[in-house]
Amino acid sequence: MIELISIHRDFLVGDQTVHALDDINLSIQAGEYISIMGPSGSGKSTLLNLIGLLDSATEGSYLLNQQDVTVLPDGQRAATRSKTIGFVFQAFHLIPRLTAAENIELPLILAGTEPERRRPLVNKAVTDMDLTDRAHHTPDQLSGGQRQRVAIARATIMQPNILLADEPTGNLDQKSGQDVINILEQLNQQGITVIIVTHDANIGQRAMRQIQMVDGRIESDQTLSQTSSS
Amino acid sequence: MATSISDIARFSWTALMGYPTRTILMLTAMAIGVAAVIMLTALGEGARRYVTNEFSSLGTNLVIVFPGYSETSGLNPIAMVGTTPRDLTLDDAQVLTRNTNIRRIAPINIGSVNASFQGRSREVPIIGSNSELLNIRHWKLAQGHFLPATDLDRATPVCVIGRKISDELFATQAAVGQWIRLGDRRFRVIGIMASEGRSIGVDVQDTIMIPVASAQQLFNTPSLFRILIEAKTRSAIESVKQSTIEILKERHQGKRDVTVITQDAVLVTFDRILGALTYAIGGIAAISLAVAGILIMNVMLVAVSQRTAEIGLLKALGAPQRQIIRLILSEAIMLSAFGAVIGLLLGELGCFAIRQAFPDLPAYAPLWAVATAIAVSLLAGFIFSLLPARQAARLDPVLALRGK
Ligand SMILES: Nc1ncnc2c1ncn2[C@@H]1O[C@H](COP(=O)(O)OP(=O)(O)OP(=O)(O)O)[C@@H](O)[C@H]1O
Ligand SMILES: [Mg+2]
Repeated sequence: MIELISIHRDFLVGDQTVHALDDINLSIQAGEYISIMGPSGSGKSTLLNLIGLLDSATEGSYLLNQQDVTVLPDGQRAATRSKTIGFVFQAFHLIPRLTAAENIELPLILAGTEPERRRPLVNKAVTDMDLTDRAHHTPDQLSGGQRQRVAIARATIMQPNILLADEPTGNLDQKSGQDVINILEQLNQQGITVIIVTHDANIGQRAMRQIQMVDGRIESDQTLSQTSSS
Repeated sequence: MATSISDIARFSWTALMGYPTRTILMLTAMAIGVAAVIMLTALGEGARRYVTNEFSSLGTNLVIVFPGYSETSGLNPIAMVGTTPRDLTLDDAQVLTRNTNIRRIAPINIGSVNASFQGRSREVPIIGSNSELLNIRHWKLAQGHFLPATDLDRATPVCVIGRKISDELFATQAAVGQWIRLGDRRFRVIGIMASEGRSIGVDVQDTIMIPVASAQQLFNTPSLFRILIEAKTRSAIESVKQSTIEILKERHQGKRDVTVITQDAVLVTFDRILGALTYAIGGIAAISLAVAGILIMNVMLVAVSQRTAEIGLLKALGAPQRQIIRLILSEAIMLSAFGAVIGLLLGELGCFAIRQAFPDLPAYAPLWAVATAIAVSLLAGFIFSLLPARQAARLDPVLALRGK
């Protein structure tokens, strides 16, 4: 479903070119559970943003669901992000003036869903994420773990095929981080492709497929056999 | 499916509420601009109407004839030093009545004389005229009758007196029916002017009116001070003016020695000057709206940079550039709309205060000014937020999410 072919992503910093992604070839099937690890600056976030259509390759091509999305007009990129991709960030990125429920509702509003159809979806997401008594609290009244659960609810409210999480546990304590990973794994079991960028080896090793990046290249790409993963 | 207007508006509303300081700042700027336009044009319009009303109270479709003529100023400087111009006479007035375009004609003679009644006496301005004067000048009687409708050359010994004169000479006694002495003659009081008879140049409350022929005898002069003519229609004014000039020229041995002005001409001039003044001060006030627009642009630019991460997030959640633009524009337009409404209320309140302070001044903002002020504020909000909106839409989502 995701096909990256000879992807390069260069950044110009002053008169120097930084090769953030250097000839990436990657094929991801629907329903996979992938972790991306590697040292700081190795290009993990850049790769995730590119997959999520927030960024574009300098060179190479990207096929998403058999469609060439390497160069797309803004409207179509946005529509694809809206329908097929959900993002979870380290810094949560909740809108501080909106309540938890309103933050969760936001993608539906942006997609033009009618209010009557939004309400049940939001209610279900709130319940699923165990946020029922926090639905009308603003982010500053929530704990880190609760905030990230709101963010996950928001990322999945449009029922995307792909969930991209860039260090989702980076700002959380051990316990809340575990909760968040458990939720992501449940979502994966429901069929969503989950890609997690992480520095935490314990978390990375739980994934079915583990990708190691160094200097903008994929250094290793291991898929655990079904038996050893359980 | 596009996001509905109400959803966009609700989101913009939360953004406005989320940043109260900048919201209040922009509302204030817009409100002051709109209020300034409304109040200043109301003042200008009020002044215009005040002056127009004052002139209208002179009479309707009025043509005024007075002796003397100069190509340049209308007053003959030679006449003042040497040869007097030929006077206007009652016969002149008589001849003019033949013009079928004329509804009413009132010859006027003025002077002042000592008036006395039972030992009380004082110097009083006198107007000699005829029965038509009342209607031409739109004056009202409080009691009795106005001057009788007789031939112009009949010197009937009757008079109509102003309220002030009545109070001073008769105190609490009934004045109508009494005889008073004007100079060396006796006149019977037949009417008292109503107090609302206020008009430019004449204080009817402090005047005594007598038939024009009586005034000529009293002042011992055959000449008239003015002839007031009321044309039948507005469109007849000009032809009445022209034929009056022609007739009097013929009667005065082919010499043009009268000046004829129309009240219309005076009115139109004032109307034009004050109308232009209203537009001018309205325009000056509108500049404050443009300034408010520029303020909106700056504040929206700051808002965009303050909310970079939020805009990055909206993009990550699938908002296309168009939608980002719409969100920012809707914020700005909501701001200017609220600002305009507040300004409208403030402005109307200000106009009300002006009317309370100066009851004579009808300070009502003209509809065009209100409509323009609101339209300009909305337009300024829209135009000046285009740039910030486009800037927001073009943010790189990756960088924006990092808050850069
Ligand atoms: N917008 C940018 N402009 C210039 N250089 C950039 C930009 N974004 C990323 N880079 C560079 O590209 C390289 C990869 O960055 P990236 O953020 O993908 O690393 P990362 O693996 O996510 O690191 P970390 O673990 O610290 O998050 C780095 O050298 C970074 O400096
Ligand atoms: Mg990173």
